[in-house]
Amino acid sequence: MASGRYSAFRLLAEGLGGHRGWGRAWRDPAPKPAYDVVIIGGGGHGLASAYYLAKEHGIANVAVLERGAIGLGNTGRNTTIVRSNYLYPQNNRFYEKSLQLWEGLEQDLNFNVMMSQRGVLNLFHSDSQRDQYARRGNSMRLNGIDAELLDREQVRRLVPILDFDNARFPIYGGLLQKRGGTARHDAVAWGFARGADKYGVDIIQNCEVTSIRMTRGWVVGVETTRGYIAAKKIGIAVAGHTSHVASMAGLRLPVESHILQAFVSEGLKPLIDGVVTFGAGHFYMSQSDKGGLVFGGGLDGYNSYARRGNLPTVEHVWTEGVALIPALSRVRVLRQWAGVMDMTFDGSPLICKTPVEGLYLNGGWCYGGFKATPGSGWCFAHTIAKDAPHELNAAMTIERFRQGRTIDEKGAGPFPWLH
Amino acid sequence: MHRISCPFCGARDEIEFHYRGDATVLRPAPGAEAEVFYDYVYTRDNPMGWHIEWWHHVSGCRQWIKVLRNTATHEIKAVSKAQDKIEKPR
Repeated sequence: MASGRYSAFRLLAEGLGGHRGWGRAWRDPAPKPAYDVVIIGGGGHGLASAYYLAKEHGIANVAVLERGAIGLGNTGRNTTIVRSNYLYPQNNRFYEKSLQLWEGLEQDLNFNVMMSQRGVLNLFHSDSQRDQYARRGNSMRLNGIDAELLDREQVRRLVPILDFDNARFPIYGGLLQKRGGTARHDAVAWGFARGADKYGVDIIQNCEVTSIRMTRGWVVGVETTRGYIAAKKIGIAVAGHTSHVASMAGLRLPVESHILQAFVSEGLKPLIDGVVTFGAGHFYMSQSDKGGLVFGGGLDGYNSYARRGNLPTVEHVWTEGVALIPALSRVRVLRQWAGVMDMTFDGSPLICKTPVEGLYLNGGWCYGGFKATPGSGWCFAHTIAKDAPHELNAAMTIERFRQGRTIDEKGAGPFPWLH
Repeated sequence: MHRISCPFCGARDEIEFHYRGDATVLRPAPGAEAEVFYDYVYTRDNPMGWHIEWWHHVSGCRQWIKVLRNTATHEIKAVSKAQDKIEKPR
């Protein structure tokens, strides 16, 4: 049953007993016939939503339904970056709330999520890009978020291995968010699962939702591969497959599914400290505690649910990496994979009510979902419990597209594959 | 890797093409309701399976073509000129 509190003393005591006394971190219950709230999707966002529903709103008669095993979707497929360096207040206030939750998450969950605030540095390569980054940094500071504009020499002191005099993309400086960094992606899912379970939330794995049952515009329950489960309220948190699940309730959304690849190199001695992003393309990299370089780039660029990418994008991403750090041309890549992204038409997420009463939507995470995990769960729990959005997610509606209130950080227009 | 058989140039790598999304949504008449334009610009079926889509042979003949491609397997079943009709398999 429950695993008790984790601590250094406990580790020592269990070590003396041959580590046989830990027990399960969370239960494996069979679904009950009815719940107050059913969350579809046992990734980080669904588990965090259940955790905050129980903790902040006292709603613990909750089930999280997961098609496979928890945390094996996009929660386990990202590049683990945590930050809140966005331009628009609708985004940066929300992501800042999430970053603040990250900062206290290990104590809150009593679980080591390996939160490591070693800084996120966005490089710029021209005068106009410096202006653009200064504007973003100013927007962050106006909203109380840390941001520092570094010149070339300050960047050199921080990350000396970069190619500062690249003929085409010389490095002019960077925008640094020191409080950004990385966290352990799997541990976040496990920590929220264990935390939610302690409050009595049922985490039900290998339970795929096949349809959503409705009566006169209200949800009443879900049909699953493990039978019918009644629910007063239903939250969808299945980013990557949101269109599919939302269509069960008759919704057609401004979302397309695209694939994003990520890569890990062989283990190396310390090469870079924090997260570094290349401003002349789309490339980001950090180094894991095991020494592997964890990096990624942009989308493959066409609708896909395939969970694997194609070679032109592999070549493109690595070319960017080598332009940034020529030494990378000698590094071998050990692993490569892809995740299915819910791409919205403005690049910003959805945490909102839907036209169906009792049905709530959390999705459209594009490729910013991991850092949002605690904030997303916190806001989604509020939206479900109060039947109204929190101020922090009030702009993240489906209606914003109809109303012309899109939150388009890149200014790329209504083309999901360009965000 | 996608190999796309351009009706004008023959089989070419995907890197010669630009993608431009779902080819089943059609621009409404200029006087249509705002709601109809909302659907045209923003909402999509986003199917897992067969998808008819626009590709622009930008590094080749610069023609727009339609491609019937499977979003779950990346299989390409048919390619046509922009004005031709493609049917999704049942």
